[in-house]
Amino acid sequence: MTLALSIFDIAGRAMSAQLVRLNSSASNLANAGAVASSAEAAYRPLKPVFQTLYEGNSGRATVGVLGVVQANAAPQRRYEPGHPLADAEGYIHVSAVDANAEMVEIVETARQYSNNIEVLETAKSLTLETLRLGR
Amino acid sequence: MDRIDQYFGIHGAALALRSERMELLASNIANAATPGYKARDLDFRALLAEPAAATLATTSPRHFAATPPSETSPVRYRLPVQPSLDGNTVELATEQLQFAETAVRYRSTLAILNGRISTLTAALKGE
Repeated sequence: MTLALSIFDIAGRAMSAQLVRLNSSASNLANAGAVASSAEAAYRPLKPVFQTLYEGNSGRATVGVLGVVQANAAPQRRYEPGHPLADAEGYIHVSAVDANAEMVEIVETARQYSNNIEVLETAKSLTLETLRLGR
Repeated sequence: MDRIDQYFGIHGAALALRSERMELLASNIANAATPGYKARDLDFRALLAEPAAATLATTSPRHFAATPPSETSPVRYRLPVQPSLDGNTVELATEQLQFAETAVRYRSTLAILNGRISTLTAALKGE
């Protein structure tokens, strides 16, 4: 499939990819410390996989999300027999979300999202100025 | 060459080149978080010094038509100051700087073109 990319497509697709990344980080943070009664049922962190989409060999490229995968970080097993979700042996399974790493990820995502907005704004004002050429 | 083309000189082509360069830089900014992406840019000096594509004359019907080599593409990979572990060579500071510079240069080319157009219209109206 060949893409035809304008600067608006490039920045727009990148913004939607960053939004997917922001959504997965938000889901991970929301589920930090979530408890389950088995290792299988425990929440596993979501990670988006980015891929470059090239427009032929013109050099133009944008980014797409190949998919969102579950990280294979094993949930923490903690002994808490008094917990309502504890299994038969008295263990609960806590989701393996690294809250600090997710916060850093969110800050970086927000920065890159606003970079793309900056590109979009510049491209828009230049296009409008070009339209007014000679008036 | 057309008289009006001559009048606008290099600036029409410069406008197109600058917009192409901005698209490349936007691609780099878009791929700031993609592992393995290599940042690219236009080599302006090579573009300006570009000789007319040399073609081989076909003096016999049994000659093949030769196409110019494709390595004359003006797109070059950027050399990163500090490559990152995931293979991505986009450095946002560099890309944003180049993007801002290209935007300003685009605007100045627009201003030059605007000046020429208003001179031309003034001459046409005889004001």
